Formats: sequence, C-alpha cells, structure tokens
Amino acid sequence: MNDLIERAIDAATGSGAAYADVRIVEHQAEALTVKNGSLAAANSERSAGFGVRVLVDGAWGFASSQDLDLDEAQRVARLAVAIARASRLAGGPPVVLDDTPPAAGHWGTPYVEDPFAVSLEEKLRILFEADAAMARAGGITLREATMEADRDRKLFGSSEGARLEQDLVSCGAGIVATAVNDNETQERSYPKSIGGQVVGGGFEAIRDMDLPGHGQRIAEEAVALLDAPQCPSGEMTVILEASQVAIQVHESCGHPTELDRALGMEASFAGTSFLTVDRLDRFRYGSDIVNIDADATAAGGLGTFGWDDEGVAAQNVPLVSGGQFVGYLTSRETAPVINRRSMGSSRAASWRNLPLIRMTNVSLRPGAAGSLDDLIADTDEGILLGTNRSWSIDERRLNFQFGTQVGWLIRKGKLAEMVRNPTYTGITPRFWGSCDAICSADAWTQWGEPYCGKGEPMQTASVGHGAAPARFRKVQVGVGQW
Amino acid sequence: MVGRDVAAAALGRLERGYEGEASVIQRHAALTRFAGSRIHQNLAEEDATLRVRIRHHGRTGVAVTNRLSPAGLEEVVARAALIAAHAASEADPPPLAEPPGESVDSDLGWIEATAAADPGARAAGARTVIDAGVARGLTASGAFSTEAQQRTVVNTGGLVASHRVTQAKLVTVMHGPAGETGYAQSISTDLSTIDAQAVGEEAAERTARAADPTDLAPGEYPVVLGEYAVAEILEYLAFMAFSGLAIEEGRACVELGQPAFGSNVTIWDDGQDPAGIPSAIDFEGVTKQRVDLISHGVARATVHDGATAHRAGVPRTGHGLPAPNTFGPLCWNLFMAPGETPRSSLAQGVERGLLVTRFHYVNVVHPKKGILTGMTRDGTFLIENGTVAGPVRNLRFTQSIPDAFSNISAIAAESRLVGADYTGIVSRVPAVRIDAWNFTGATANEADV
Repeated sequence: MNDLIERAIDAATGSGAAYADVRIVEHQAEALTVKNGSLAAANSERSAGFGVRVLVDGAWGFASSQDLDLDEAQRVARLAVAIARASRLAGGPPVVLDDTPPAAGHWGTPYVEDPFAVSLEEKLRILFEADAAMARAGGITLREATMEADRDRKLFGSSEGARLEQDLVSCGAGIVATAVNDNETQERSYPKSIGGQVVGGGFEAIRDMDLPGHGQRIAEEAVALLDAPQCPSGEMTVILEASQVAIQVHESCGHPTELDRALGMEASFAGTSFLTVDRLDRFRYGSDIVNIDADATAAGGLGTFGWDDEGVAAQNVPLVSGGQFVGYLTSRETAPVINRRSMGSSRAASWRNLPLIRMTNVSLRPGAAGSLDDLIADTDEGILLGTNRSWSIDERRLNFQFGTQVGWLIRKGKLAEMVRNPTYTGITPRFWGSCDAICSADAWTQWGEPYCGKGEPMQTASVGHGAAPARFRKVQVGVGQW
Repeated sequence: MVGRDVAAAALGRLERGYEGEASVIQRHAALTRFAGSRIHQNLAEEDATLRVRIRHHGRTGVAVTNRLSPAGLEEVVARAALIAAHAASEADPPPLAEPPGESVDSDLGWIEATAAADPGARAAGARTVIDAGVARGLTASGAFSTEAQQRTVVNTGGLVASHRVTQAKLVTVMHGPAGETGYAQSISTDLSTIDAQAVGEEAAERTARAADPTDLAPGEYPVVLGEYAVAEILEYLAFMAFSGLAIEEGRACVELGQPAFGSNVTIWDDGQDPAGIPSAIDFEGVTKQRVDLISHGVARATVHDGATAHRAGVPRTGHGLPAPNTFGPLCWNLFMAPGETPRSSLAQGVERGLLVTRFHYVNVVHPKKGILTGMTRDGTFLIENGTVAGPVRNLRFTQSIPDAFSNISAIAAESRLVGADYTGIVSRVPAVRIDAWNFTGATANEADV
C-alpha cells in the first residue's frame, strides 16, 4: 500500500502539483436490527479505495478510485491534477496551507473486546433479550433493538513527508419502543435516540449499556405517553437530560464553530454561521459557567483519533471559555485566516470523499450542580426534557427548535406528571446565556453522534459530544398548535 | 465486468439450496463546488458496489463489497452465508422478486454527454453563475454536479434487470453585502439543458430583492410556497404519508381511502416518466409502477417493497431500497398535478402573507399528525395586497402538512423539477398558495445577539 501512496504522490507532483496527499481506507461495518422479535436486518459491509488530493497553482483537485492498483494510482493522481487545473477557471486567491509539520506514526483506538471478534450469537442474544424486555410491558406496537460496529484502517501520506497509519474502531447499540394509537405515535429510546449510543472503543461499551435491563422501563414509558397530557406552552425553566444537551451542543455550538461555515465555504448547502471571524475572542456565547471544547483525544469519543485526514495530530482546544467564544474547528487551509495553525478537525467520511472540517468531540465541560437529582431538587418549578425526538436550526445556527421524547413537570424540587410532545425553541447565545447550572463530572457522559451530515456530496461523519444535564431559565416551551 | 456479469458470478457461488439476489451499483460522479465566487472544492469519484442477499431455510444474510475480483465475490458470498447461518428462520419470508416477461435493460434518462462531462464543463458553468452574481455585486456559492449511475439486479429466480441514468444539477446561493441571500437550482438528465446563466440570474434577482429585511411577528399567515419549498414538503410526505411501512405500522399521517388533503391536490410517483429523473427499477430489480398516491385529495395508495407488499398481500410497486432495509419503501420520483392559476398570479388575493422560496433544516415534530418544523431561507418576502412588498427576516414554521394541504387555494399552472438536497428525492411540482401557515418564531437580528 505504501507503494501506491508513493506512486500517486510522484504522479501528482510530476504533473505539476505543489502539494499532494493520498488516503487509503479499508472500511468494515456490521449492522444488526431485531424488530418485533425477528432479525429484521443483518448486514456486513466492506469497502476499500483511495483518494488523491492535490494543489495546483493554489487550486484544489481531488479524485478517488476503488481500484487499489499502482497504475490506477497514477491515473487518479493525474486526474486530480486535471481537475485542479479546471478549478483555476474560477479561481480566487491561491490556497495556502498552514505550517503543520509532517508526522509519522501509528495510532489505534483503545479497546478491550474487538467488536468484530464477538460472535453473532452473542450480539443477537443481547438484542433478543432487550426485545423481550420491551415486549413484557405490553401495548407496544414496534420494538427495535440495533447494534453496529465500524472499523477504518487508514494509511495517509503527503508530499510533505507525512506517513501515518490508523486503526479506528467504534461500536454502539440502542433500543426503541414505539406505542401507537389513533392519534399519537410515542417513542422512548435507550441510551439515546437516533441510532443509540455509539462510542470509539470496543464491545465492552455495549455490554455496559445493559440494554435488556432498560427495555421494560422505556416500553412502559412509551405506552404511558399515549395518555399523558400535552406539554404546556409558555416560558419556563428547563432542565435538559445529558443526551439532549449533547445534541444542543452539536447543533448550536459544534456547527457554528466550524471555520469553513463561518468563512462561507458551506453557504450553498449546510449554511453559514453567526460566529463570524470578527467575533472571535470578542463575543459572549453563553453564561460564565459555559465551557465547551473540541477534544479529539477524549477517551471513548466517536470523534477521537490519532491524526485528522490532513495529518494533523489530535488535540484538545477550547471553543467557548467562561462563556466567551474563543476558538474554531479548523483545517490547514482555513486556520491561517485567523492566524492560527490547524487544530486538526479535517476529516472525510470515506476514501471517496474530500476531507472537510468536522466536529471531533465537542463537549460541554461539567459544572458543579451535582447529580441530576440534585439539580431537580434545586429547581422550584420547571420541566425536565429527555431524549431527542426532532431537531431544526436556521442556517446561521441562531433560531433552533428541538422536540424531545418525554417531559416531566417539576414542582417544588420534585418530578411531577409526565407530558407528551414537548418542544422548546430559542436563539443560541440567549439560550446558552440563560444556562445557570450544569451537573458535575459524575453525571457527565461522552455521547456519540454517528449521523452528522455535511458537504456536497453529503458526507456522514461520526462525532462525539460530552455532556451533563444542564438547566436553562426562561425558555419558550410547547411550540405550535396541538 | 459489467454489472450483470458481476451479479451473476456472485450468485453462481451460492451453494445448492440457497436462493439469492445480487445487485450492483456502478457510479461515476463529479462535483465542482464554489464559494465566495471561486471554485474551492472539485472532485471526481468512481465506485462499484456489489450487494448480496441470500436466504437458506428462511434465514437471510446480506453482505456488501466493492472488491469485485473472483476472490472478492467468494468472500462476500461467504460472509452473507455466515450471517444467514446465524439468523433466525422466518416462517413466511417475502419471496424474491419475480422476473418480468423479459429482462429489463433500460437506459431511460441516459444522456451520453452528461456521462462524459469533464471538469472544464462544470467549471465553466460555475464561472457563469459566479459572473452573474458579480455583475450585481453579489458573491456566489453553489455546486455543479454530474453523475452517471447503473443499477443491475439479478436473482436466482431468473430476474435480470438493469437501468442506467444520468443527472446534472446546478445549485447556487448568492449573498449580498448585507447578508441577504437568494437561491436557484436546475436539475436534468441532460447537461446541455442546464442553463447556468438562467440559474445565476434567478438567484441574483432574488438576492437583490432580499436586501434590508424587516422583522415580521410570528403568527398564522397565508403563504405562497415556491416550487423549491413545495418539493421539500413532498420529500417529507414520502416518509410520513406515502410509505407502505408507515401505513402498516400505523404511524402515517394519512389513512388509505380517506380524504387527506384538499380535493385540488393530486400526487403520484412515476419512475418511468422522463419529465423527472427516471428510475426504471428499484433496488430489488422490480420495474417501477406509477402509483397514484393522492387523487383529488384522497389517499389512494402507498408504495411497496417486497416485504411490505408480501405482508399486505398486494403487488410490489418497485420502491424497494437496498437490502437489508428496515426503513421501508420510498418513492423518489414524485409529481404533483399543476393547477390553473398562472404562477405570477398566485399572490393575488393575499392581503397580508408571505412568499417563501425554500425551507431549511426541516424535521418531523409529530409523524402521525404530519407536523413539520423548519426555517425559511434564501428569499422570504412579505406580500401585501397581492403584491410582493419586500423581504422579511427568516421565520420558523411548525405546521401540520395535512392541515396546510387542505387549505391550498391556488395551484400554479406551471411545474418545475426540483432535486432534494439531502435525500436525492426528485419532484416535479407547481408553486401553491396556502391560506393558513403557522409561523412560530423568527431568527434574530444578528446585531442584537
């Protein structure tokens, strides 16, 4: 494989590229779904190929192929150069990369139990036990238990001399119970919704989830939601459970701190950002207790790696510090615009894709509010919102609206009745400015979000978000006509 | 090897007593992306993927590879067999798709010039759009893509089906000096019909009108939804209303045989119609049927794949997704019947309402009630006394679509082909006027945050 990298780089530079990098990726994936007591899907995928990225006269070109052959490497490299030359037809100022020194080495995701070495029988045993646990509740229309595992073996080389090998492993699982009647569809999920919880690590994480141990509870809650009162509308104090804080961070901090968005490079598709470059180090994003960082070194993170797909070493950088906006997610092309070196967040979803700025593990640091129970006890009146159900935010990442699977009203520091179809809405910096309590480190979880879409053609990235439950004041709850 | 040779070679490796289906997707795609009025990403990709679904004594396994060598085929079949060996046996699994009278080998929608498009052609189109913006003092962002795809499905029951199609798509968002934006898109099987100048002019004109937006209080307003916005609503109806699985599981927002929308609404799916981006077969090799989903407001039918059709006891409609699929069938060639109102007259009769160009980040709030939320984007205008009065800041809506589509008071006589950004669903739709649309919030004036 190293021969292929050398051949492609030689072909690219020999054809006029001032810079070239080559990524070879072997991808392996497995996905299982048990639905209503049957194995509804069992899938095993493998894909391999390489991509060549070049800079010619300051313009980018990229080409990829599944054919891991030396002659093909040469053809694809020359095609990338031809594409870069076409880019000059509408070129602007030449692209200048930062001065990140080329690295060499090997990195692998730490794990105890290789998820691909665990037998299919064992995986199905867990899923069928979880399904049976949900079935015990009665009244459930749909039961679904899912499990997945992914492995990317990556080789990276650049014309600057970088030579890197990585073995990235992730796996996850989740269950969801759906209750349906004539007017309602209500879901409860565990550990979180939208694909469950996925971690960078081994099968031990799935065993620790104890899916069967939570099946009956979530199923009973889904059934109870059918007859629960509609979530009230109004301005109130909101406590978000940790997984909902994670998705809130993803949409309202992770995406707007992507420097390519802020520079308009995603303007026609995903959108731009209210966190414009002139606001760096000068803008109050949240309250004093809000600290958010991007940590590609976090244990178990779905956005954890050794180097990004430009060969920049993983690192932990602050994005919001004491409520102030202080940092961006960057790449080697964009970082010089703010006079910094890349912090290493440029990643591609596949060998066939260009690397883009993607979140690593963008996490809200824990506060000092104790446990979730402590936070509820400290709240006279409000609502606890748990497990994401819907999400939407404007293209500048200001106006958001989220729905959660469940809400519980809080009265005099105690949970009161359950309510259905809760939603809440706000404006990002005002919302984070209203954050007055964040639970402590013991309540903090490193969540995984495996379906983050961005770019054209769209790439789906795996990213992480550490979060603990947090409290927000004067939030608009119960949006729309029900 | 061509797709059907690969698929047949894979199935030839099955042991006696196994049945199976092999599908090959061959794809060559290229995309030239521009932002800040310059090309900043420019790429080409090639891949061919083999998907094997095999069944033995009711046990099913699926494996996928892009290693198409003899060893790769051997390995992927062995992997699928291993999964099948461990799978639970289904008492009544859906059968493989039956072969039609003769093998299908369609090139409906295949345009050689689109397949052969080079980077220079895409860059020239991008440059034309950029120049249209620069001429008005605007910066342009967007993407110009070309794609050639061949889908081939072979199964052990004798089915052999393939379809190849091309697609060219040009989109742009232009930005004015104060942050105002405007959008335009063109999509076709034929690259030569993509008029980059027209796309650029449409977006530039819209952007120029969007400068200096005012705030509008959220509330219920009549709206004129442009074709891009209507197409996005249909995209979500594909999931919430038109899927056989959504109906089967009781989570659809329509009920078959019952009025779902106003009597002036007719929607169908037709992968064979060259007025869309054709898709002659589905991922199970079934020839796509026209399905009349909504006829004069009544929910008449849903689309099916092999599994939902088998359980419902009805024929497949040719809307299966790649195996294994727990997602259910999907329609991706949607059509909405035009009306009789000239597009330019849709705003007439609106005393105070909104013209919406497109939506952003739409999501399902409540599937059973068909409630969506999302933001307006890239051209939102106030209508007063039947004419467009000026731009407003983007608004958030939270709206039941069955309610809204029961209140369509005018449908444009013209229709337009629109490609969805996220799902790839392509719809031919008219603009519409809706008498009541619930806006529940507005984005902030950035100077105030």
